[in-house]
Amino acid sequence: MNWVDTFRAGVDAIITHRLRSGLTMLGILIGIAAVILTVGLGEGSQQQVSAEVQALGTNLLIISPGSSTSTTGVRGGFGSASTLTQTDAAALESPVVAPDIAAVAPTTSSSETLTAGSTNWTTSVVGTTPSWLSVRARTLAEGRFIDAADVSSDAGVTVLGATTATELFGSQNPIGQTVTVNGLPLTVVGVLVSTGSTGSSNNDDQAIVPITTASQRIIGGTSRIAVQDIYVEASSTDTLSAAYQEANAELLSLHSITTPTGADFTITSQASIVSTATSVDKTLTVLLAGIAAISLLVGGIGVMNIMLVSVTERIREIGLRKALGAKPRMIRRQFLVEASILGLAGGVLGAALGVIGAEVLPHLITNPIALSLPAMIGSIVVALAIGLVFGVYPASRAARLAPIDALRSE
Amino acid sequence: MTVIPDITDIPESRPEGPEPVIALDHIGKTYTSGSLAVEALRDVSLTIDQGEYVAIMGPSGSGKSTLMHILGCLDVPTKGRYRLAGEDVDDMTEDELADVRNRRIGFVFQQFNLLPSLNAWRNVELPLVYAGVPRHERRERAIAALGRVGLAQRVEHRPGELSGGQQQRVAVARALVTEPALILADEPTGNLDTTSSADVLSLMGELHDSGRTIVLITHEASVAAVAQRTVRILDGRITEDSARPMMQGRSTA
Repeated sequence: MNWVDTFRAGVDAIITHRLRSGLTMLGILIGIAAVILTVGLGEGSQQQVSAEVQALGTNLLIISPGSSTSTTGVRGGFGSASTLTQTDAAALESPVVAPDIAAVAPTTSSSETLTAGSTNWTTSVVGTTPSWLSVRARTLAEGRFIDAADVSSDAGVTVLGATTATELFGSQNPIGQTVTVNGLPLTVVGVLVSTGSTGSSNNDDQAIVPITTASQRIIGGTSRIAVQDIYVEASSTDTLSAAYQEANAELLSLHSITTPTGADFTITSQASIVSTATSVDKTLTVLLAGIAAISLLVGGIGVMNIMLVSVTERIREIGLRKALGAKPRMIRRQFLVEASILGLAGGVLGAALGVIGAEVLPHLITNPIALSLPAMIGSIVVALAIGLVFGVYPASRAARLAPIDALRSE
Repeated sequence: MTVIPDITDIPESRPEGPEPVIALDHIGKTYTSGSLAVEALRDVSLTIDQGEYVAIMGPSGSGKSTLMHILGCLDVPTKGRYRLAGEDVDDMTEDELADVRNRRIGFVFQQFNLLPSLNAWRNVELPLVYAGVPRHERRERAIAALGRVGLAQRVEHRPGELSGGQQQRVAVARALVTEPALILADEPTGNLDTTSSADVLSLMGELHDSGRTIVLITHEASVAAVAQRTVRILDGRITEDSARPMMQGRSTA
């Protein structure tokens, strides 16, 4: 008896017992759909959170002047003295000092009024370096970003946030236009893609200028190499803590500070803020997936139960097949294939229900549902495996039946 | 199958000739359930030659069902030797017994035992499925077998759409589709009305006329009457064998 015949016998048996097979499949179907949806919900909210992290800049560390809140609760001159300089930023860029730091963007900013023709708009003017774009994970809608030449020549150029550009120029193309800040004309060379606002800060309302232009020509002040924040991008999420250590050690040494508690700067990671949210999501996902897995298990036991009933009910059929020359392994295979088909069909239909649910549910609840193909294929495979595993015992019982006992039963 | 007749192995002294289809040599079968042992067959010796039409008769509880199970390799004896078409079946594994049932024996049961979800030809092809015959050949042979039992017009019908007599004829077609050495019919007319019974019995007669060996188990004398030879069994012993009046004394001794 080859596999095609075995498969046909299994399909025949399932079709003959439509209602029973359907109910058995339903158990698996609901389990699989539940797994797909709960995992999708978990994935969806994690993606939402991580999208927020991405919007802040990937693998981002922010070094701010001033000490962290020490154990005594005394804050040491936060922002009062600009303890961070462009020299610090330059030092962190060194691959020898900080191999896990991919990019460094020192920033200095101040609130200034921008004038374009007769339009005024007060916004945050941010002086920084070309790496800001990648460090803050921003992209350009049009034009170009400031480049190294702009920085070295204190060029009068600016890249506007989407909101700023609209406020100043309306529907006109801002590229090549001039805005004036404190009497300094700046040529608009690019516009950033809108990211939407996150929290209190509006990332779309700002004007980016070369850091040298900001410190020398716009903001001025006593310390022209002082910076407000240094944004540091780690080479990957995994090296974030290494990058943190390297930046911390290098700045302590540059600032000749021997005790870590006396640091005159603070390093925070954006990821740490959202990691709590992510971990809550993860816990919830694991919990829900656990419940779904239990429902799958119940579905599997349903398969076994039905297969056992099926063996008992079809005892004459088994006896007849044996009398006609079926070997025990052929009978075992027939019942295993039958259970696997039930599992597989339940899995495929469950995955389909999951997909439909993922389309319909987000309209009813606010949470996004992210379906992943590997998870769906995985759950179908699991459904097949459930059919197979829970079919083994009934199948061996069928195979072990003595032909006369089977034929004798009424 | 080439068989070298080994005369010394055969219970009764026989002239040179083809190997008998069935050679039971002092067969005993004891069922044990708990401390209770029931001797269903005691010292049964029986030889059936190729082309014979034998009826095995006995009341219920006489051991004829046990005998039929042993003849059909559905059960193994606890004592004695059984050679089926020259093959010693006593020490066979379950798989080998399955092969012997598949190739050597065609069963016809009282309950027909057709699978209700399969149509006539799919029921008939079942033994060929287990024999590993390719699909297209199976269908051809199944339809040919149905033609031989007069059901050429019913090959696509399911058992539920056929009369009892037709169902039993499907079962007969299934029994002969593998060209077995032996057709073993267990009360084939037990569930049939008189007309259908006559139908099935005449079909058996035709099969016998075409050279098949048939063993028919029944408790009805009218059914047994169609056979050439009648073996009576009572309390697990052969009490009468119309072909060998001599045996009566031996087997009851």
